[in-house]
Amino acid sequence: MTTGSDSFRTRTAAALKNAALQTALQRAHTGFVEKRRQAVSLLPEFEALRDEGAALCEHTLSYLDAYLQRYESQLRQQGGQVHWAETPEQACEIIIDLCRQAGARHIAKGKSMVSEEIGLNAALESAGFEVVETDLGEYILQLAKEPPSHIIAPAVHKTRAQIAELFKRFHTRYGIQGARTEISELVGEARQVLRERFLRAEVGITGANFLIAETGSSVLVTNEGNGDLSSSLPPVHIVVAGIDKVVPTLEDATALLRLLGRSATGQELTAYTTLHTGPRRAQDLDGPQQYHVVLVDNGRSTMLGNEFRPMLRCIRCGACLNHCAVYGAVGGHAYAAVYPGPMGAVLTPLMRDLREAGDLAHACTLNGRCASVCPVKIPLPDLLRSLRCHHYAAGLVPRRQRWILTAWVWLAQRPRLYQALTGLLSWSLAGLGGRQHRLRHLPAASGWTQARDLPAPQGGTFQQAWRRQQSCEERG
Amino acid sequence: MNAREAILGRIRQALGRGAISSMTQTSLESRMFAPPQHSRPHWPDDLRARFIAKLAANAAELTEVQHLAQVPAAVAAYVRLHKLSPRVAVAPALRAWPWPAEVLPDFGPAQRHHQVSVTPCFAAIAETGSLVLLSGPHSPTSLNFLPTHHLVVVQRSQLLSHLEDLWPLLRNRNAGMPRAVNLINGPSRTADIEQTLQLGAHGPCHVRVILCDTPAADDASAERP
Repeated sequence: MTTGSDSFRTRTAAALKNAALQTALQRAHTGFVEKRRQAVSLLPEFEALRDEGAALCEHTLSYLDAYLQRYESQLRQQGGQVHWAETPEQACEIIIDLCRQAGARHIAKGKSMVSEEIGLNAALESAGFEVVETDLGEYILQLAKEPPSHIIAPAVHKTRAQIAELFKRFHTRYGIQGARTEISELVGEARQVLRERFLRAEVGITGANFLIAETGSSVLVTNEGNGDLSSSLPPVHIVVAGIDKVVPTLEDATALLRLLGRSATGQELTAYTTLHTGPRRAQDLDGPQQYHVVLVDNGRSTMLGNEFRPMLRCIRCGACLNHCAVYGAVGGHAYAAVYPGPMGAVLTPLMRDLREAGDLAHACTLNGRCASVCPVKIPLPDLLRSLRCHHYAAGLVPRRQRWILTAWVWLAQRPRLYQALTGLLSWSLAGLGGRQHRLRHLPAASGWTQARDLPAPQGGTFQQAWRRQQSCEERG
Repeated sequence: MNAREAILGRIRQALGRGAISSMTQTSLESRMFAPPQHSRPHWPDDLRARFIAKLAANAAELTEVQHLAQVPAAVAAYVRLHKLSPRVAVAPALRAWPWPAEVLPDFGPAQRHHQVSVTPCFAAIAETGSLVLLSGPHSPTSLNFLPTHHLVVVQRSQLLSHLEDLWPLLRNRNAGMPRAVNLINGPSRTADIEQTLQLGAHGPCHVRVILCDTPAADDASAERP
């Protein structure tokens, strides 16, 4: 996947013209924003919790080494095994080895963004394992051979009809001939197919929302229960998690859980919140015999030492995606990255390469909504602006854009000329706008006017209006 | 250098220090043993009313009984009403209860053919309407996820106010943390298709709480729960 400037632009243009995608995005946008708003309005303590969440994450990051070691030693005492991976390749190798040692053929996977980040499915499949995603959204995308387009609602861009078509194509071999018109029928069909896969799997792989240093537990939140079936039925359970997932205590995890559910889906708590601490105990009648945790770095320890450190507070709720004007218009696939939206536009260039993905920092209007909804107060617009500077300094900005920026700087430093030019521009645009005060077409800005009219300036330039207001105030 | 040392080394380098001093270690330990209390929700109702309201909000169902001894009959009535198989997967913790002849309890983990499971719980939380189940020989985890109908016995005395009230109870257990602590908020669900909420994704389609008001200790009618 490349996120080169041209291809990002092409993908954006295609997304804007895709009617099915636009319908799905519209529905998701309203749904998520409204659900979060309601949940937050019912908790007057929410703003205080955001401060506490940000503070506890900062505390944890300041002692990240100590908390990771504590987590590791606690989990070992409970019979769990901890593995460390610096790179995606190392993480995949560790997991492949564990699956081989378990003599596995079938693997059931719960939804995990870090497993997407390290490209785990492709690695497992090329090592000869049969992997099935068990989260309904991820399963749909696995059938469609598409990456997720949202970090908590991966198939948000798919319509019911498209899903019915996929199920028809892939489930007929199991002798299932469902009606596939109602959503309940589709969910029931997936339940039936995936139930067999849970029972057959020799290894279950899940992610973790938090790791608790105090107890050596991993916390997993789901709504479907697929994570719990993946973690309790197969004989081996592997958890894959970023090193930024650790929190000190059960109380700290509680505060973040209160923020996570409300910010993600407007739920106080998801249907299932599970703490896993090691493999089955001697007297237990079920549960995995082996429990492994793979801790993944992949650039996180580097971010800890630079201005992007606040990004490591991220709890992957998706609120910044749901409130983003750009994400809402083009969807997740236009980013061509595992993490889309504002958090993805920061993470992707840092995890990959500025050259490859730095242009994502420009997929932002700097309207600030992401920062205002972030449950752990990550200053996303600041981080994006910072990335733009790096992108520019590295000479990766296209020549035309550099030229425009240079011209702008030159002009902005000459106030008289600036005022004269903007005054002229404002006057002529107002004239072109006519009585409607709108411009249907504008040469050199057809990209804008294709989708909407440009409002014509009225009442002069900003500086003229400002001067008028100031003199009014002086007189008044 | 192995990956573990490399990662820990890079973290310390990023933080501009070496391994933490024993003094810092002590201060981290004291934070861990007296963790900061974060903000929590407040509500006017009593615990029981809040719990019942949250169960409804979570789409969990409710049967109220006076005594634990009435639970087996309530299970039998549920199985009859929904025309389910009488082979019910029951947590071994409930082995001693007087199960009526119309229920055929299998004490142990759930198997794929079980439509119904019955379990006790460790606690329940009024804040969120959560049922807390701990894995262990007396309450296998598969009972919570495989069957379509999950019946959970909750005693009034097990109700806790907030999530935080659960943690000391877990810390004080002799056995330490169990393999799994399940907080269950109603039936399994998904909104992955067109943002439309659908109950019964992979786990139970129905979660029914059997709420018993008389504490087991005061309940002369109860067989040992």
